[in-house]
Amino acid sequence: MSEVLKVKDLSKSYNQTKALHSVDLSLYSGQILGLLGPNGAGKSTLIRIINNIITYDQGEVYLMGSALSQDALRDIGYLPEERGLYKKMTVQDQLVYLAKLRGLSRFDAIQNMNKWFEKLEITGWNYKPIESLSKGMQQKVQFISCLIHDPELIILDEPFSGFDPVNAEIIKREILALKKQGKSIVLSTHNMASVEELCDKIALINKGEIVLSGKVSTVKKKHSADHFSIEFKGEVSAFSNALWTGAKIVSFKQQEDSTKAIVKFTNHLSMNELIKSVIDKVEVIAFKEILPSMQDIFLRTIKPTQDA
Amino acid sequence: MLRRIKLIIEREYLVRVKKLSFIIMTLLFPILIASILAISVWASLNENKTQNIIVVDDNYPAFQHIKNETKLNYIYQDISLEKAKKLLKEEVEGVTAVMYLPKNILASNTAKFYVNDMPNAITQRRIEKQIENIIEGQKLLAYKISPKLYTKINTEFKLSPYKIQEGKDTKIDREKAYVGWFFAIAIYMMIFMYATMVMRGVIEEKVNRIVEVIISTVKPFELMMGKVIGVALVGLTQFVLWAVLTLILFIAAQYFFFDSFYNSANLAELQMTAEVAKQSAASFNTDQANHILSRINFSVMIPLFLFYFLGGYLLYSALFAAVGAMIDNESDTQQFILPLTLPLTLALYLSQSIINNPDSSLAFFTSIFPLTSPIIMMILAAIGMGSGVGIPYWQVALSMGLLIFGFVLTIFIGAKIYRGTILMQGKNIGFKDVFRLFK
Repeated sequence: MSEVLKVKDLSKSYNQTKALHSVDLSLYSGQILGLLGPNGAGKSTLIRIINNIITYDQGEVYLMGSALSQDALRDIGYLPEERGLYKKMTVQDQLVYLAKLRGLSRFDAIQNMNKWFEKLEITGWNYKPIESLSKGMQQKVQFISCLIHDPELIILDEPFSGFDPVNAEIIKREILALKKQGKSIVLSTHNMASVEELCDKIALINKGEIVLSGKVSTVKKKHSADHFSIEFKGEVSAFSNALWTGAKIVSFKQQEDSTKAIVKFTNHLSMNELIKSVIDKVEVIAFKEILPSMQDIFLRTIKPTQDA
Repeated sequence: MLRRIKLIIEREYLVRVKKLSFIIMTLLFPILIASILAISVWASLNENKTQNIIVVDDNYPAFQHIKNETKLNYIYQDISLEKAKKLLKEEVEGVTAVMYLPKNILASNTAKFYVNDMPNAITQRRIEKQIENIIEGQKLLAYKISPKLYTKINTEFKLSPYKIQEGKDTKIDREKAYVGWFFAIAIYMMIFMYATMVMRGVIEEKVNRIVEVIISTVKPFELMMGKVIGVALVGLTQFVLWAVLTLILFIAAQYFFFDSFYNSANLAELQMTAEVAKQSAASFNTDQANHILSRINFSVMIPLFLFYFLGGYLLYSALFAAVGAMIDNESDTQQFILPLTLPLTLALYLSQSIINNPDSSLAFFTSIFPLTSPIIMMILAAIGMGSGVGIPYWQVALSMGLLIFGFVLTIFIGAKIYRGTILMQGKNIGFKDVFRLFK
């Protein structure tokens, strides 16, 4: 695994307002990074800096080990949130034009384009004018446009907006296929479900600073409130006595022939110790750590700072 | 960088040239111009109906020798003005006018002309000319001057201005400035037409939201320049096609159209048309126009036209591109476009006074100032260059140099505004934001 993107101590100000402050990021090949944050947090600024669209005041950005340059853009595929196409051009003319701007020959461009047509199940679209396509269909063309030059780093800003669930699945499938090929992907989205589904790690930006980052599983662990769900057969009172001071019962749910309890650790017991203390009193059927959703983590992390 | 600009130029050019509106406009324009010319010639030849004019003469029968001409019938009778006017009112026997020649006509030199519908200017001039000739004849008779002698005495005087020089003095030919004026109008229209095309293209990309995709691949400067150059090539293509098509139409018209005219009885009227044109103050007659055209040095004027069109276009289109980048929809362009178009419009407005005073300091200043020079220089250059008359070569060189400097500067400014504003969406950008970019 090689480091594809490295952002170090990056800062950018517009007039007097700080858009980014000392941002660090790192992304290796085959990884998907979820770039999260409320609107206006600085995500777009960061993405535009990586794409060499705007300049930065301070810090360093490396793409596959070398400093950012116009030529390095060949290795980036960028799907902006505000995206569109030339309405009067045909699908093929449009894609070939964009591919040629990224340095591809016409021949390679058409070959790659046709491959993507097959993957996205839209073969034969070559000569359709863009304006005759529906919004969702145009989104597919845009998706191809940022991948046609086979970039190493792919930056997708809200890639699922405008897709119906069927096509959103196709896009998800292709994103995972790209990851498998060893491509690095930055996924900026407000769709937390897709973050949990696709991302290896996240970076949560708020007010220009990264307030939370790391592997998705680690972040979730860190934010878990030590809640566990235990399903058992037996007396509820026996169960609660067995817990004693080690854990507190948050809720009960009586099921057909079992009980589901949510408990919270009160002191630092290990899972094993907890199981040991109850296993003689009741019959444990299932035991699961309850991790917070990314949605919860997002809200919990952003809320206090927004209220402040 | 050059490879990417080339790709953008190619797209911008092909997209526009392949448009139906481009093809129609290119084909239609020369046809339109030719048909306007043809219609106006045809109208002046055919559309004046026969005039039946009752002549009421207080000095009856002093004007009895008045002669009928093509489409001009005089009814010379000893009747009262009231009676004649009544006939006119009732349009008896196709009477179209009553001309009242008063007792003191030799002194007053005017006559009242009563009509239901005014005849056209050419017909009026023909009537005046006839009466003029008769009055002159009577005056000659009264002063006992023979008509032969009169033609010898009758004088038309003209100054023939020369500029003194060592070696050979050269004639100053102010009329040539009018040809320059046509070039200037062409430059004016073409600069704004194509600069607006650039602006539309920029707005389209912004509204389509494709601009961020493109800007992530090429530099904003490259995109802007690609568009500016691409549209310039569209303009040159259109210009060449217009020139070729007009030439073909002109030649064809000479063969099929004017041949029959010259041989027809209409020739007299055609000459009358020329006569009237000569009389109408600022213009010149067709014979003279031909002379002017043959006196113009087209091998200098056409390259100069292309240079000043391209220079002026680059200068203005960079600014128009910046305006396009600043706004989200075309209806908001006016507040920025108006101040931009002012200098060139002013130059066009000043052109008449420049033609009258080609040596003035106003002419000098506007001919070197890059925002106005594309218009003014066309007029001055048509008068003449170098050879003592008109503008010295160093002034042309200075004007060209300043124009090049001017468009390099506006491209720099335009690119800076373009880069700073092209990605701002849904926000009204004012002059304040623009000034901030240059801080």
